Amino acid sequence: MDTTSPDIDTKQLVISIKDLKKSFGKLKVLDGVNIDIEKGENIAVLGRSGSGKSVLIKIISGLLKPDSGLVKVLGEEVDTISAKALQELRLKIGFSFQNSALYDSMSVRGNLEFPLVRNRRNLTRKEVNNAIESVLNDVGLLQTINQMPSELSGGQRKRIGIARTLILQPEIMLYDEPTSGLDPITCIELNNLIVKVQQQYNTSSIIITHDLTCAKTVANRVTMLVEGKLLTPGSFDEVFASQDANVKTFYDYNFINNT
Amino acid sequence: MIPAPEISETKPAEKYFISKKTDVFFNDIYKVYKFIALFFKEAFSAPFEFKEIINQCYEVGYKSLALVSLTGFITGIVFTKQSRPSLANFGASSWLPSLISIAIIRALAPLVTALIAAGKVGSNMGAELGSMKVTEQIDAMEVSATNPFKFLVVTRITAITIMLPILVLYTGFIGMMGAYLNIHQNEQTSLIAFFKSAFGTISFLDIFSSIFKATCYGFTIGVAGCYQGYNAQNGTQGVGRAANSAVVLAMFMIFVEEMVIVQFVNAIR
Repeated sequence: MDTTSPDIDTKQLVISIKDLKKSFGKLKVLDGVNIDIEKGENIAVLGRSGSGKSVLIKIISGLLKPDSGLVKVLGEEVDTISAKALQELRLKIGFSFQNSALYDSMSVRGNLEFPLVRNRRNLTRKEVNNAIESVLNDVGLLQTINQMPSELSGGQRKRIGIARTLILQPEIMLYDEPTSGLDPITCIELNNLIVKVQQQYNTSSIIITHDLTCAKTVANRVTMLVEGKLLTPGSFDEVFASQDANVKTFYDYNFINNT
Repeated sequence: MIPAPEISETKPAEKYFISKKTDVFFNDIYKVYKFIALFFKEAFSAPFEFKEIINQCYEVGYKSLALVSLTGFITGIVFTKQSRPSLANFGASSWLPSLISIAIIRALAPLVTALIAAGKVGSNMGAELGSMKVTEQIDAMEVSATNPFKFLVVTRITAITIMLPILVLYTGFIGMMGAYLNIHQNEQTSLIAFFKSAFGTISFLDIFSSIFKATCYGFTIGVAGCYQGYNAQNGTQGVGRAANSAVVLAMFMIFVEEMVIVQFVNAIR
């Protein structure tokens, strides 16, 4: 299977994972995961609930430690680098959480300002305001700047969550279930936003999702996590041409049972 | 014929050093020790979160003033009313200001203020951090290259450790004023005479030990609240449990510390 995408103009690897293993007690979640992600590409990771998709991106961002294996992000081994180096690396990684994880005690402006002023201490007030307004404009929610997270809809929260990561202009975006629990129209808006982020910010992304429409729309390559291992990544059509029972069931449920 | 004994598949017994509960207890103590060690490591390494410490001082100090004032004032009045008959029996009503000042400065002010702070501030820390933990806000902070332990935990523990001694002194003063009002009403004692009598029996060691106790209680409340909140699990139920455990643990430790510090202070008095 051809694992490269025609949309990608460079071959520079931004994420390289070799034989990654992670268990929680006796439960093996990741059992030899291998994947390479090239600069500028979006890759969707599909899989059943509890299959370890979120664990994979938490390991990439250094939130969890792997049991064994190699995880290289932008040339750095995330589980062996110093705390300071990890902090610097995290400035280049954006993480959009499943439930948005907005800081409830802060307004939208506060949520966006928090990572910016703490990591770019030399910015003037005007530059901070411009950056906040610019990124809110990009996600189409400038009007919510003074609202509290509790006043936002689910889709708006997700977009603000993405805006909060974009404000640091990351090189890599990790999306955890970006469309879960949203109506179809909001899903389309979010899918478009993910593509827009890829093009405008030139990011490489891993999108964890159950939503095949999302995967088909936003990803250059698709893969599936089955029994702790990733299937060979390929284009959406290549992957779902497979006769693997898990893949077929996933596809049938999304595209046959829903029609 | 004797039937063969049934061989049932049983799980291999889990091994413990002493027993499951004892092992968990000592493991928890070790985790708290590591938590405190991390606090000192982060508290004395740059960058320092001065702005957030001031913000937290306002939250735990200023916002507790009303409650502390009311309880301090009532404690002063009630303790005076309850003590008067016993002293009057011996014709020693004039000793009332001395008795009140010793009781309030040495024991009541630190203890009452600490228990109120444990209930109000400790539970708030447990619930707030617990809620942030289960909704992944702490993870979000971490991935945005901010040290959540330094920003959330160090600032809160530092703030309550600084503010509780100040609150204790304030409660002591308010309690003394409550006591004065009651004494003035019954014995027509002047304010100057009351304070002369009250402070005549108070030594530097009494005030110092009171401030020292308050510092220890403040640190304990901060550690209990933040530890429980920062390690909360299992959704909203976990948040409730964190808030509850923070208060219970802090109150228990306050009484243990009170007992130890009193013994120590009495030995050097």
